[in-house]
Parts: sequence; C-alpha cells; structure tokens
Amino acid sequence: MWCMCVNRLYLFIAWALLSSLPQMVGVVGLEVHAQIQSTSKLFSGSHVRFLAPPNSLVSHFDASLPGTLPVLNRRCVEAAVLTGLALNCTINRKSLFDRKHYFYADMPAGYQITQQRVPIAVNGMLVYSHFEGRRRNQVVTKSVKIKQIQLEQDSGKSLHDDEQSQTLIDLNRAGVGLMELVMEPEMCCGEEAAAAVRELQLILQALGTCQANMAEGQLRVDANVSVHRPGEPLGVRTEVKNINSVRHLAKAIDYEIQRQMEVLQSAGKVLNETRAFDSKSGNTIPMRDKEGLQDYRFMPEPNLPPLFVYKSEASVPAGVDPAQVVVIDRLSAQLPELPSVKRTRLVETYGILQEHSFTLVNEDGLMDYFENVVQTTKAEPRKVIGWVIKELMGNLNSQNLKVSQSPISPCALAELINLAESGHISSSTAKQVFQEMWKAPEKTVGQIVKEQDLWMINDKEELQKICRRIVDSHPEEVQIIRRGNKKVLNKLMGEVQRETKGRTDPVQVRAILEKMVS
Amino acid sequence: MSAPSAAFRPAAAMLSLSIREVSQALRDGRVSATELCRKCIDQIQRTHYLNAFITITGETAMEQAQRADNRIRTGKPLGPLDGIPFSVKDNFCTENIKTTCASKMLKGYVPPFSATVVQKLLDQGAVLVGKTNLDEFAMGAGSTDGVFGPIRNPWSYTTLYREQSTEDPDSDWAISGGSSGGSAAAVAALSSFLALGSDTGGSTRNPGSLCGVVALKPTYGLLSRHGLIPLVNSMDVPGIMTRSVHDAATVLRILQGRDERDSTTVQAPSTPPSLPEHFDIRDICVGIPKEYHAPGLSTDTLAQWSRVAAMFEQAGARVQEVSLPHTQHSIVCYHVLCCCEVASNMARFDGLEYGHRSTIDSSTDAMYATTRHEGFNNVVRRRILSGNYFLLKSNYERYFVKAQQMRRLITEDLKNVFRSGIDVLLTPTTLSDAARYTDFIQEDNRTRSAQEDVFTQPVNMAGLPAVTVPTALSRRGLPISLQLIGQTLQDWKLLTVAHWMEQQVNFPMIHLHGDSDERKLDRLVRERTHTIGS
Repeated sequence: MWCMCVNRLYLFIAWALLSSLPQMVGVVGLEVHAQIQSTSKLFSGSHVRFLAPPNSLVSHFDASLPGTLPVLNRRCVEAAVLTGLALNCTINRKSLFDRKHYFYADMPAGYQITQQRVPIAVNGMLVYSHFEGRRRNQVVTKSVKIKQIQLEQDSGKSLHDDEQSQTLIDLNRAGVGLMELVMEPEMCCGEEAAAAVRELQLILQALGTCQANMAEGQLRVDANVSVHRPGEPLGVRTEVKNINSVRHLAKAIDYEIQRQMEVLQSAGKVLNETRAFDSKSGNTIPMRDKEGLQDYRFMPEPNLPPLFVYKSEASVPAGVDPAQVVVIDRLSAQLPELPSVKRTRLVETYGILQEHSFTLVNEDGLMDYFENVVQTTKAEPRKVIGWVIKELMGNLNSQNLKVSQSPISPCALAELINLAESGHISSSTAKQVFQEMWKAPEKTVGQIVKEQDLWMINDKEELQKICRRIVDSHPEEVQIIRRGNKKVLNKLMGEVQRETKGRTDPVQVRAILEKMVS
Repeated sequence: MSAPSAAFRPAAAMLSLSIREVSQALRDGRVSATELCRKCIDQIQRTHYLNAFITITGETAMEQAQRADNRIRTGKPLGPLDGIPFSVKDNFCTENIKTTCASKMLKGYVPPFSATVVQKLLDQGAVLVGKTNLDEFAMGAGSTDGVFGPIRNPWSYTTLYREQSTEDPDSDWAISGGSSGGSAAAVAALSSFLALGSDTGGSTRNPGSLCGVVALKPTYGLLSRHGLIPLVNSMDVPGIMTRSVHDAATVLRILQGRDERDSTTVQAPSTPPSLPEHFDIRDICVGIPKEYHAPGLSTDTLAQWSRVAAMFEQAGARVQEVSLPHTQHSIVCYHVLCCCEVASNMARFDGLEYGHRSTIDSSTDAMYATTRHEGFNNVVRRRILSGNYFLLKSNYERYFVKAQQMRRLITEDLKNVFRSGIDVLLTPTTLSDAARYTDFIQEDNRTRSAQEDVFTQPVNMAGLPAVTVPTALSRRGLPISLQLIGQTLQDWKLLTVAHWMEQQVNFPMIHLHGDSDERKLDRLVRERTHTIGS
C-alpha cells in the first residue's frame, strides 16, 4: 500500500512538473533517396528501366562477378551536380567513394558503394511553402538545410514467397544511381515535411534528374522523428520507413510525433528504432531491426580514383579532355526555370493569386496549358485561371486524369472563353458547353452551341416578349415589387433565365423587367 | 601424384627457346604453332607431378594454334606472340574456361568474360594452354595453401638437387614459392613460354625468384586489373613471367595501357619496339638499401647480392648505399591493409549468384555462414575475420588509418631515394633459395607470408615497378634471384638495366632429371646466355 502511495505521489509530482513546462514539439529530418534518371547505371553500362522482365538489366558488374570493376557514369555525376546547384549546395571539387558493408540478398557484392566521407555536394538549402489559415490560402514560406547529397548504388529487390518459403531476387535495380539527400531536422510536422518533399519533387522533375514518383520508388523518403520541449536537447529519434506517397509521409510523421508524446507523457521511453508505416491503419510499427546493431565497416573504395569536378572549362587541367569531365559552369548554364521562379513569374505576369500559381506549377503540364489559353484568348488571365483551376482541374481530378489527357485542348478552351467574353453565349451557358465539349471532344464549340441552340438572345423584341410573359404570369410578385421590395425582382429574373436556359444577359433583362414593373 | 618417370625428350629443345627465338622459328617454318602447342601440352603432362596446372585447355589451344598457323602460313602473323603458348594463373577470368582461384568457393566457376590482359594476349594470337595453380585466392607465399594441393619447384627435379637428396622425389622437394607458383613452375619447366601471375606483395616475384624465371611486377595502373579476381585492389598488378628480360619487355609492351574497364589504369609512356641492344651502364646509379640486410638472409643470397653489385660497379655504374627507414614497418601495415580489403572483396562470395552454395538453407543467414565456412580455407577465413575487426568503427583509426599513414611514409622513403638521383635499387628477392616443403609447412601461412614478403612487399605499397632476375644456383642447386626496383612508370628503363644484368650473370638453363635409370636423359646443358644472347 505504501508503495503504491509513493508511486502515486511521484506520478502527481511528475504530472505537476510536466504541466508547468512548455508544450512538447515534434522534430523531423528527412533522408531522401532519389533514383537518378539516366539511361545506364551508376557504375555499369546496364540500362535503367522500370518494369523490365526480372534480371534482364544485369551486367557482370551488377551481379558482382569476381574481377569486375566499377566505372563511374558521368551522366549520374552531372545529375547530382545539377541537383546540388538547384538546391544551393556547395559542390565539392573532389569527392570520394566508400564501401559500406552488410550482407543482404539483394546486394550482391556484400557492400554498397556510397560517399560517406566526402560527398559530391554539401550545405544546401531547400525553400518550400505550405498553406495556413482557415481557408488554407495563406502561403507560408520556410526553408530546410540540405546537409549533403551523396552518390550511391541502389540495391536489387527481394521477393519473398512465403508459401514455398523462398526468396527470389531481381537485380534489375541493383547498381542504379541514387542521390541520397539528407535534410537537417528542422521541420516540425508532417505537413511541413510533405511540403518540402513536394517542392523537392518539382525541382527534380524540372531538372530531369529524377522522375521522383514515390509510388514507383524513384523517390524514397525516410523520416527521422523525435519530440522534445523547445530549449531542451533533441529527444531519442525513430526512423520511419515504408512511406510511398507524400500524403502518407505527412500521416506517418504526425502519427509518430503523437505516439512519442504519449509514450513520454505516460513516463515511458522512446526507443531508437526503425518503424514501418502501415498505410491501412495509419500507424507506425517496429520493424525487424537490421540497422540498429550494424557496424558497416566503411572503407575507401580502392577501384575508383577521387571524383574531380571543375569550375569552368578553363580550370580543366592540361591533358584532360574537357568534354569528358564534369564542368560546373556548363551545368549552371543548363539549369531550367525552377518552380519557385515559375510561380513568381506567373503571379507577376498574369496578376493571379499566389495560391493559384502553386496549383499551376504542381500539376504537370498545367502551367503550359494555362499560358497557352492566355495567349489565344482576349480574356483577362484572371478569368482564364478560374476556368483552368475550377473547370479543367475539377473534371480531371474527378476522372483521375493527367493534364495531358484532357479531352479539351487549350485552343478549344480559349475559343469557348472568347465566345463568353464577346457576349455570344452567357457565362452560365459557357460552363454547360464546357461539359458538353468534355463528353464530345470531336465537336467544335460552335457546333455544340448551335446544335443545342445556346446562342445568346440579343434581339430586344424577343427579350421584351419573354419578359412580358413572365411579368404577366407573376402578378403577385409584381405587386410586392411595386410596394417597394426590389429583392423579389431577382425571382423574376430567375424565371427569365429558366425560360431561356440561361441564354440572356442579366443586365439587359433586369433593365427590361425594372421598366415593366415600375 | 607420383614423381617423375621421365622428364625431357630431345624435342624439348624447342621448348627451351625464348619467345623471340621461337617466334622466329615459327616464321621460318622450323616449327608450326600446332606442333609447338602439342609439345607444350605434352610437357605439361610429363611434368604433371609438379601440380602446376589446374586446368589444361588442350582442345581450345590446338584450335587457336591452328588459326595461328593459318596466319603465319599466309605471311600475316599478328605480332611477336602469334602462336606462342602461354598459361595464366587461375585467378584471371577466362571466358568459358573454369576459373577457380584454387578455392572450393569457385570450383567449377566458368566466367562469361576474359580478363583484359588475357584477352590482349589472345588478340595477339598467343595460345592459352592452361590455368595454373596457386594459393587459395592468391593468399600465400609458398603455393602450398590451395584446394588443389601444393606446387613443386621444377628445380628440385634437376640432377643437381636429386643427387644431393637421400630421399625419394615424392617426399623431398622444394616449394615453388607463391602465390603464382603454378605460373612460375610452368615457365621454369618449359611448358609455357610465358605465364601471367598476379603480384600483391610479391606473388609474382617470389615464385619467379625461387623457380629461376624472370618475373616482372609492372607499375600499378600500367596493366588492367579488369578480370583479375582481387586480393588487394590498391596493390594488385598482373605480373609477367618469362625466361628472359627481353621477352618480358615484349609482353609488357603488348599488355600495358589504359583500359576503360579499370578506372585505376594510366596511359602508358611511349616505348620503343624493343630493349636497346647497346646501353651504357655507366649512366646508371644503383642504390643498395641497407635495411635489406635483413635477419635470416642466407649466405648464398648475400653472396649473389654482393657479386652482382660488384659487377655493376666494375662496369662503371655508380653503386651507392641508401636508406629506406620505414621499410621495417611495411609487412605489418600490409597485413592490416590486406586483411581489410580481403574482408571486403570476399563479401561477394555468398553462394547466391555463383560459386559454392551450402545445402544448409534454414535461413539466408545460415546459408551465408555455412557457404562461406565450407568454401574458404583457414587462411582466407582468418584474413576475413582480422579485416572485419580492423574495419570496425571503433578500430578503424587505430588500424586502417595508421596503416595507410605508414604506407605513405614507405612510399615517401622510396620517392626520396629516387629523387636523390638513384635509377634503380638492387635487392635480394627472397631471403634464401626455396625451402623444402616439409620445412616450409612447419610454420603457418601468416608467419610465412610475413617472412617471405619482406623484400618484395614495400614495392606494392608504393606501386613501383620491380623485376626479379635469376643470377645463380645455390649449393642445393636451387635458383637465387635478385630484384631491381624502378621508378613509377619507368618500367622500360628498369627492364633495360635488368637486361644488362641478365647478360652478365650466366644463369644456367634448367635440366630436369629423369629418375628412372633407363631413361636418364641428360641434355640441354645450355647456358642461358646462349639462348637469349645476340
């Protein structure tokens, strides 16, 4: 009994202490493995292709046949340097390769060639934004430091056949070039991490250095998560793996932060472990830990000389062919317009909202679509953006289509907008026509409008007739209006719209109706 | 394996020629490539008791020889090696030909490609007669630790040796040295005109020295390692074994140069078509490193060292004592670095993709463990264990980094000596002539490697070229050789000096002893200088 009392006392004190301290917060760092988009592997001539027949893209080196040696693929180095430049990194003029040892069935050499000591790029920065506020339309811009980018080999894939209790190995992926990007633990929640990764995806896709599709494994993100009270040292961290979409990343991190807080609040301890995200339950669960006790026995890779990259063609030493080496200035000149620059340009050039610039850049091909429409119509860009974001994206999303699969071409949309702008069809009709165009892409805008008789009624006499009919058939309403309640006029206008299937100009109709009832 | 019943037939005269001579004989039509190939294969079989070969590639060799004959007959030989039989240490990959590394781990392994150096020889029309025996994965200095058994030194089957021996030829014989013992024995026993070895700490020069053949370890990076199953990547080089310095130079010229499949290779300096016939030794400064007066140096070897140094001096070369103060630490550093790379390089042998696989498959880990336990011998397993220990995070600084720092100092020592004006260093290759097998195996592999590699190993640390040339026979009738060490990428100059030295020393031609009385065929007592002179 006494014992229990003391325990309770401690718990009480602990609770009292805890509640007087500042709130715990999450701390998130990311390790991103980005598969380099190149025709051949990092150290061999085998091709790189997703979904090729098993073991059809395997060179002697990839299968670790004894006596084979690695030969560095310059394209992969260039991809890493481009990525480093886009992420504001310092490019190391001299970097080194190391062997990281562990036995795993899909890593045939018994070691991975990586860059542990001196990676190709260091000290970078990723600027990303996410939305806050009740309507989620306030753009908040943040940044996270990139500690390093290192080149390394991907592993093969193991497929476990539990029924026959055997493991099948596919080495197609073995030796594909990876860029490992390490982001410092400077994020605080799933949403921030997801926004950072989304921005990274856009940058990599713009550069063409990685396709960055998480579901296909071209981009793999592991999250290092811990919690602490601000001002105190960082807590024990866990590593969360098995995350295959940006949405899951946010979910996994938030779950893990919550879990760790609960563990600490119930006086438990967070273990330094690897956990897997289970997308069905939304939980993280401990993984059989192959990392925890490993000593990787790093060693310099003796078969690869130091990797040199040069600032400019002029700094390439004599006797070395500048065409055969990696030159930073040459790559800088090739850098495409990056997403943040695109967004600023869109806002400045077209006067659209910042949040819309994000949507335009996030969707592959949407910006081009938008700019195409803007160029072929007389309408204000701010009007076009409404069409693109509401009508086009709404339809695409509901059918799970990409921009490139849109049945309505930018030209056709521009034509439609032009008709609405010039008053040949009403804006509500235009929306109706849009849906018809979606269903029957082979028809022109003109055809649809004509077939369905949707042209605007601009004939004054005809409008008068219609309005007269409505006024005559609604004597009660007319009385009310005449007594001074002008709001009821809207009801009459609605009746006219219904009668004409929206083919009238509301301003004209209102003027006629006002005259009739006064 | 039983002792020799017969050694040479008169036909063997052709076999004792140098590459230069036999190549001329082929062109002159005095012998055909197929005849020559047949003779070599017969000689391999006649000397099978040496256990120098793991695989004899008779059939494909005869086909290659036939093609060489066609070319020679039409007056279009590919070069000085067209039709010349050669053999290759069994740690070089050979397409469609078993490559075992003398290990159970790779028994029956058939590589789908050939090592660059092998391919270059084949492309020159040379005829591959077989793959030679070695220490398992080239780990050893005696050629006594391979799964196919020890290799016997051909010189322990000469009249001189046998007459001094009271025991029967199956119990009293000398080791070949290692780890490229099979290649050295093949060239010494006249079953190949040329053999490839590998040299990581002396593995080409040591057996070359003990078997009395010329053995060249080229500058690191001058020859491609693509297809050489590695021991220590940062020190391995393909080695060249021939019966004359001139032949070694011919082969070097063909094998050297950049290979895009080996990123550590370098562009070869331009080399003249052959070694200069007239060369003034008075322009040369020969260094004698005082630290090489090591404990255990035999009186015979010391005497040879002094004799040859005196020859240089008398001929007008400058001979000067030099110091390499860090040499004494070379072996222990080598041990650390070698074990580390071995641990790493051997990690790929897991039984999954190729090679031996244990039948124990209760789990992937259990399969790995038993596969590796069954596949590797004690020597390999011990080096893997030590290497993994040295590479542990907590030990890395203390062992690997220290050894690398010492490696730099050893390299600096050698650089300094050459910077001071020395052209070549003259040293013994081994402490003494070849040990008797029964004596040699009294000590374990690690001890023997440490003892045997003292003179050869520092060169690998620094990546320098070195060549060993036999100079005389010991009292036991076994070869004693001396080593010349040159500057980086000065392999040609090194061979030029070695060529001069070879011409002075009059090393005798081997003369195998037929132990059955009725077939006592003593012949071929030809001075080596007669063969390689002019």
